[in-house]
Amino acid sequence: MSFPWAKQYTPSHPAMVWLDEKLPLPRLIYGAVGAGYEVPRNLNYFWNFGFMAGLCLMIQIVTGIVLAMHFAPDTGLAFDSTEHIMRDVNWGWMLRYGHSNGAALFFAVIYLHIFRGFYYGSYKAPREMIWLLGVTIFLLMMATAFMGYVLPWGQMSYWAAQVITGFFTAFPLIGDGLKEWLLGGFAPDNATLNRFFSLHFLLPFVILGVVILHIWSLHIPGSSNPTGVEVKTKADTVPFHPYYTAKDGWTVGLFMVIYGLFVFYMPNSMGHPDNYIPANPMQTPAHIVPEWYFWPFYAILRSFTQPLLFIPGKLMGVLAMFASILVWFFMPWLDKSPVRSAKFRPLYRKFFWALVLDVLVLGYCGVSPPEQPYILLAQLATIYYFAHFFIIVPIVSSIERPEPLPFSITEAVLGHDGQAALAAKG
Amino acid sequence: MIRIFSILAGLFFILGLLWSMTIDTMAFAADGLPTSPEKEFHIEHPKALSLSSNGPFGKFDKAQLQRGFGVYREVCSQCHSLKHVAYRDLTALGYSENAIKAIAAKATINAKDPLSGELKDRPGLPSDHFAPVVYGGKGVPPDLSLITKAREGGAAYVYSLLTGYAAQPAKLANKPETKTPDGLYYNPYFANLNIAMPPPLAADGLVTYSDGTVATKDQMAKDVSAFLTWTAEPKLEARHQTGFMWIGLMLFITVLSFMAYRNVWSGTKH
Repeated sequence: MSFPWAKQYTPSHPAMVWLDEKLPLPRLIYGAVGAGYEVPRNLNYFWNFGFMAGLCLMIQIVTGIVLAMHFAPDTGLAFDSTEHIMRDVNWGWMLRYGHSNGAALFFAVIYLHIFRGFYYGSYKAPREMIWLLGVTIFLLMMATAFMGYVLPWGQMSYWAAQVITGFFTAFPLIGDGLKEWLLGGFAPDNATLNRFFSLHFLLPFVILGVVILHIWSLHIPGSSNPTGVEVKTKADTVPFHPYYTAKDGWTVGLFMVIYGLFVFYMPNSMGHPDNYIPANPMQTPAHIVPEWYFWPFYAILRSFTQPLLFIPGKLMGVLAMFASILVWFFMPWLDKSPVRSAKFRPLYRKFFWALVLDVLVLGYCGVSPPEQPYILLAQLATIYYFAHFFIIVPIVSSIERPEPLPFSITEAVLGHDGQAALAAKG
Repeated sequence: MIRIFSILAGLFFILGLLWSMTIDTMAFAADGLPTSPEKEFHIEHPKALSLSSNGPFGKFDKAQLQRGFGVYREVCSQCHSLKHVAYRDLTALGYSENAIKAIAAKATINAKDPLSGELKDRPGLPSDHFAPVVYGGKGVPPDLSLITKAREGGAAYVYSLLTGYAAQPAKLANKPETKTPDGLYYNPYFANLNIAMPPPLAADGLVTYSDGTVATKDQMAKDVSAFLTWTAEPKLEARHQTGFMWIGLMLFITVLSFMAYRNVWSGTKH
C-alpha cells in the first residue's frame, strides 16, 4: 500500500512485462525501495540507520557463511580452526575481523536506530507493529551475537557461556534444570558449542525474516519524519528512488570508511585480549566482561546485590535485565502523548537526553570491575533507567504541554504550505 | 491501566535498587575504597615500545624479526611453545627456502610414518608447525603464538614484562602476607605482581646476533616483542596495505556518491 500519488510500476521491456505477469518481483522491489515508495521529504540523517542496519545484516551473513566453511565447532578444534582462518585461509583474517567488527558496528547502528525511535516517537500509532518487530530483532541480535562470541572457544567465550547461562539458575525450582538443558550438560562443553554454532547459523536468517516483516509493516503507514506530522499531500513526499537511495548511498560509503578503519587498523580494539587465550574451565579470568554493546545491561544485572524480602539479589538482577529491554515493547502504550516528535515535547526531550547520558554511564559501569565506587554509580544509573521507562514516560506524556506543531511537512520545510494557504483563502 | 501497572513495576525495581544501594553504600562508607597490593603497585600502562610495525603504514623490520626469532629459539623455546606458527611461515622473515628447511630439520616431530602408519620421530619439514615444547617444571608456560594479542598492552606489555623485573618494594617485602613467595619473582607489570617465570633475559649477550647488533637485555626484549607481534598477527602488512586501498576506494566512492546525492536533491528543499 502506498499514497495515492505514488508511481506505479510500468514495465516497458517485453521481458519485464512477461516477468511482471508471472512473478511481480520487480514490482515488489519498485514499491518497497524504488520510485514507487513515497517518503517524507524532510527526513534527517538519523533516518539512514535502518538502511545501514540492513546492510550490516548482509555483511554478517556473507562473511559468516564463508567463515563457517572453515570453522570446526568442536571444543578441541574451535580455537585452532579460528587461528587457521586467520593464518592459512586466503583473506581469512579479513573475513574474521570483518565479521567480529561488523557485529559491533551493527549494534552501534542499531542503537542509533532505536534511539532515533525514542526521540521522534517512531513507536507511536499507527507504527506500533514496526516497533514491536524491531525490538524482536534486537533481542534476536543479542542472542545471535552472544552465541557467535562463544564460537572461537577462547577464555571469554567459555566464561561468557558460563555466566550468561548461569542467569537462568536464578529462577527458583526450574533454574538449574533450565541451565543444564540450555548447555546440554553441567558446564559449557562440546554439546554447548555445537548447538550454539547451529543456532548462530540459523538465527541471522530468522532475523532476516523478521526484518522483512519490519519493512512490510513500515510500508503500510509509510516512514515517520522529524516533525512527527503525518504526510498530507504529494508536496510532503519524494520518491524513495532516487532521493533516498542517493542519500542512503553516500552514507553507506561513509560507513564503509569507518568499518574499514576498524577492520584494517584496529581490528581488536573492541575485543577482549583474554579471548586469544584458549578456553580453560579450570581458570576463571580475573575480570569477565561482555562486549561493549552489552555493558549497560550487564551493569543493570550487577546493580542488584542484596535480596529484597524473599527475592534473591541475583533473581532481581536477572528480572531487571530482562525487564529493561522488555519494557521497550510497551512504549507505544506507556507514552500516550499525541505528539510524536520530541522536537515539540520540551519536557520529554530533557528526559530523553538524560536517558542517553544514563545509558552511557551504565555502559561505563558495566565494563568497570564490580567494586565501589562503580557499584554505587551503576545503582544510581539503574534507578534512573527504570524511573525513565516505567514512571517518567507515562507521567510526562500526560502532564506535558507540547509546543505547537507545523500544519504539514511542507510547511515545516518551506515555512509555508501553498495548498494550506489556498484552502484558508478559499 | 497499563501505565499504573508500569509505575508499580518501576517502583518495585527501584525499591530493590534502593535497598541494595543502602546496604552497599553503608559498607562502602565503613570500608572506604577497596585496596590491595595489586591496586597500589601494579603498573597498568606498559613502557613505550616503538616498533616498525606500529601505525597505519607499519611494516615488519625483517632483520629485527630474525633477531627476535633468535631470542625465541635460544631462550623462550626452552619452556614456551609456538604452536600456531609453521616453519614455512618463516619466509615472511626473509629466510630462504633452504634456510627454512635447515631450521625445520633441527626440530624433532612425532608424526605418522607414511610407509608404516606408525607414529615416529622424524626431522621437521617446512610444512610442520613448531614442535611442541615439553616443560618439566611446575605450571604451564603459555604458548607464545598469540601472546601479544592475548595480553592488555600487546607487544609493549611483553617488552615491559621482560625488562620489568625489580626488587620488591619494602612496603610489600616487610609483610609476610605480601612478600613474594619463594620460587616466584616480583614484577610490577604482571597483574598479580608475582610471576613464576624467572627473569629470562637476565644477562646481556644471551644470544649472538648475526647482523652484529649488540645483544643487550633491552635489545633482546625489544626484538623478541617484535617477533611475537609477527607470530600473533602474521598478516599485519597485508592488512595495512589492503586497508589503505579500501579506505582510498571508499572515500572516492563516498565523494562521488555525495555529489550524486547533492545533484539529486538540488532544487528540493528538505
